[in-house]
Amino acid sequence: MTIAVKPDQSGEPLFYLADEHPHPEGYSTSLGFWIYLMSDCLIFAILFAAFGVLGGNYAAGPAPKDLFDLSLVAVNTSMLLLSSITYGFAMLTMQQNRVGATQAWLAITGLFGLAFIGIELSEFAHMIHEGATPQRSAFLSSFFTLVGTHGLHVSCGLIWLVTLMTQVWRFGLIEANRRRLMCLSMFWHFLDVVWIGVFTFVYLLGVLR
Amino acid sequence: MSTDTHAAHAADHHHDAHAHGSLSTYLLGFVLSVVLTAIPFWLVMGGAIPNKNITALVIMAFAVVQIVVHMIYFLHMNTKAEDGWSMMAMIFTIVMVVIALSGSLWVMNHLNSNMMPVHQMSGMK
Amino acid sequence: MSTNPDLIKLVFGRLSLESLPLHEPIVVGTFGVVALGGLTLLAGLTYFRLWGYLWREWFTTVDHKRIGIMYMILGIVMLLRGFADALMMRLQQAIAFGGSDGYLNAHHYDQVFTAHGVIMIFFVAMPFVTGLMNYVVPLQIGARDVSFPFLNNFSFWMTVGGAVLVMMSLFIGEFARTGWLAYPPLSNIGYSPDVGVDYYIWALQVAGVGTTLSGINLICTIVKLRAPGMGMMKMPVFTWTSLCTNVLIVASFPVLTVVLALLSLDRYVGTNFFTSDFGGSPMMYVNLIWIWGHPEVYILVLPAFGIFSEVTSTFSGKRLFGYTSMVYATVVITILSYLVWLHHFFTMGSGASVNSFFGITTMIISIPTGAKMFNWLFTMYRGRIRFELPMMWTIAFMLTFVIGGMTGVLLAVPPADFVLHNSLFLIAHFHNVIIGGVVFGVFAGIGYWFPKAFGFKLDPFWGKLSFWFWVTGFYLAFMPLYVLGLMGVTRRLRVFDDPSLQIWFVIAAIGAGLVFLGILCMLMQFAVSILRREALKDVTGDPWDARTLEWATSSPPPDYNFAFTPVVHDNDAWWDMKRRGYKRPLAGFKPIHMPSNTGTGIILAGLSTAMAFGLIWYIWWLAAVSFIALLVVAIGHTFNYHRDFDIPADEVVRTEEARTQLLAGAK
Repeated sequence: MTIAVKPDQSGEPLFYLADEHPHPEGYSTSLGFWIYLMSDCLIFAILFAAFGVLGGNYAAGPAPKDLFDLSLVAVNTSMLLLSSITYGFAMLTMQQNRVGATQAWLAITGLFGLAFIGIELSEFAHMIHEGATPQRSAFLSSFFTLVGTHGLHVSCGLIWLVTLMTQVWRFGLIEANRRRLMCLSMFWHFLDVVWIGVFTFVYLLGVLR
Repeated sequence: MSTDTHAAHAADHHHDAHAHGSLSTYLLGFVLSVVLTAIPFWLVMGGAIPNKNITALVIMAFAVVQIVVHMIYFLHMNTKAEDGWSMMAMIFTIVMVVIALSGSLWVMNHLNSNMMPVHQMSGMK
Repeated sequence: MSTNPDLIKLVFGRLSLESLPLHEPIVVGTFGVVALGGLTLLAGLTYFRLWGYLWREWFTTVDHKRIGIMYMILGIVMLLRGFADALMMRLQQAIAFGGSDGYLNAHHYDQVFTAHGVIMIFFVAMPFVTGLMNYVVPLQIGARDVSFPFLNNFSFWMTVGGAVLVMMSLFIGEFARTGWLAYPPLSNIGYSPDVGVDYYIWALQVAGVGTTLSGINLICTIVKLRAPGMGMMKMPVFTWTSLCTNVLIVASFPVLTVVLALLSLDRYVGTNFFTSDFGGSPMMYVNLIWIWGHPEVYILVLPAFGIFSEVTSTFSGKRLFGYTSMVYATVVITILSYLVWLHHFFTMGSGASVNSFFGITTMIISIPTGAKMFNWLFTMYRGRIRFELPMMWTIAFMLTFVIGGMTGVLLAVPPADFVLHNSLFLIAHFHNVIIGGVVFGVFAGIGYWFPKAFGFKLDPFWGKLSFWFWVTGFYLAFMPLYVLGLMGVTRRLRVFDDPSLQIWFVIAAIGAGLVFLGILCMLMQFAVSILRREALKDVTGDPWDARTLEWATSSPPPDYNFAFTPVVHDNDAWWDMKRRGYKRPLAGFKPIHMPSNTGTGIILAGLSTAMAFGLIWYIWWLAAVSFIALLVVAIGHTFNYHRDFDIPADEVVRTEEARTQLLAGAK
């Protein structure tokens, strides 16, 4: 291996930076958060694997066909998709430094998220009421856990959203808050990506088989 | 991966490496997503394709395409963000996800076909 | 207060006086000793007024060096506990022959072997490895700290939280009796209705959060904070192996988290993931947990490979042979470690095609490992080898690990595995690679970097004594297990009928005794070294004439590591600097931007541990209160925007001035 030596003008190799700039605050944050999301992605992957393996074991109990109401799932999917685009608008207005508009879009995003959670909870309540409880079969255990974990993530996202709105309200769109809004944006869109997997593999393929 | 990007970054005061979208890219992503969501729902709810296996393959293909759309238009993935490390992390994760998912299905499916009486196998696969 | 049973249940859950193992004299005795020791320690700390110092300088620190040292201390403390379990097992198996029941009843013995495995992997090996990476990596890449210093503190305390829960189980309630991976259906609520498995689950969940976060942290550190000029192919090998290890951590610990979460759902809510009824599949648990479990082995051993690489090239006085192949071998192992998990359960019955696939991938993984072995040998070849302690551990590793690796390849052959599965042969094999690889590696690392961390070398006499006790003890303890395993003795047995086996167990017990002496000598080595620290002092910052950047700064390094960020031109950056007449900068110091200490990490971890305790004992109010407090503290922490400060330039000048004088005195 040959190593290129890069001497400076005087011919002396440079061994340290006499004039350095510290890394700006949050220099590693977006990469770090992205790697966290990747680890979260594996959490969902294993839940999908559990659903894939156990999702056909109805134990003589109800099957997806008996339980899933696809039109409700379609409505729920649109809630999440709408919340994704409204979060996008929040990011766009944030770049234009419009605090009020950003907050408004964030609030709208939160409402869509809340609607999503509400619909999901009512779906769960309906299923449990019909006796399709998580304890009924391995299929239902893995269904409730996979979809519930996604819902839990959305709920965490909502708590985070409210926290960030408070922080933007109190401290404005300062650099730290912009960074946090960007992290939440990644989180939110990531959850939408996971939902694509959920509605395809759990609901659509479930009803299909 | 280039080696000396570090010093260069410090010099031009490192503006955030993550790309931001514009109104048009967000709207384009949204429209594409709506279409890519609506078609699979319509395929399943309306039963447009009589063969279930083909329907399943088609809606899985739609899901993959929509995930890519989200990645590009909402998550602003590209090969340049973080000097390519974001992309690298994602590719690595996809490999891991594929291994864990397909491996588990393969292993457990073989186990079941070896160990379980045939009549319980309906619904596996 | 009334003795209303409902009220008591509400307040204490299933915790009661009967939960204390007062009927087990061994446990009561241990408790007495531990309590006495603990009280002495607390009294000492109070008497010498050290609480404030500990809190300000250590517990709340965000300095990667101090956190690294605390990880090492945790590892040593837990090593003593884990090793006590090992001694108890060896003694039990050596005497429980010919109708004798030994001295441990089944209930206790089952907890001992479970605790031994869990503690050694999660609370000894992991803290050691994480501690070394935490300490060394930022120094090796010329950084001032890790990417997320607060997170680093939090991760450490979460690991401690897990360890505390395991230790608690010794005296309050019981630990799992399921073996270290807690396979269902045994670990399901029907067969393990007590708190043991819940302790297991929550200890690992709490510690697992810490491990995952520290993995993310170190990846970011290595990717983003390398000194200018240090491209990926100029990183020291230890940094490379750390990067791969942390990638494995981030990619595998989420799997463990999910598996344990599903098991807890089965236990707490009554779902049917791993039950035998209602469509559940216990084998799915085995499948999933090994998707985490196999990478975990490489998480432990890869940093050890990195340590051996640093040690070999330093003490051979040569550049590492085949740097590029070393890096590629590490990366290949990283990927392959995900493709072999089924070899832990060939006997499950997935059939010939599945078994042969995983058997072949397992054999393939020995190729990059073998390549590494040759690289180390060629590095030593025609080198001026100095047989300092770290080098001795390295050579012991090379001999031992090759044996362990070869028995591993034997086990990778599915038909052979059908004979040897769950036998003592397997036990001998994995102790052979984990002790021979990870433990020896950690000891080499401790000996190698101790002078960097504390400014004086470790005493070689007691070190060598410890080395020889450890190595001979290891061979005496585990070679008999290969024999026994081939004869068909299975693992985790408490009593034996065949008297002809006893001699092998006695030899193994003698071996364990020698290892015990080795551990005592090691503690003695630390004590003697501290007493003789003036004689063993290192003022140069580079006591081994080493090659990488951590030796460019003083021993111990200042808070800010490097007064000026180094610029790297070579893989062996410090060697290059020495060879080309690097002059230490003496003027032009500037204020240095550093993160501030915070107590949030320890508070959050304490609350998590309390929540886990509540969940284990069904004390729902405690779990709920701690959870809400956890949320409040975590969110409250995000309202603190001022997390950094500047070390003033004149303080930097003072520190560097002191070092200049030390160096002048050394000449």
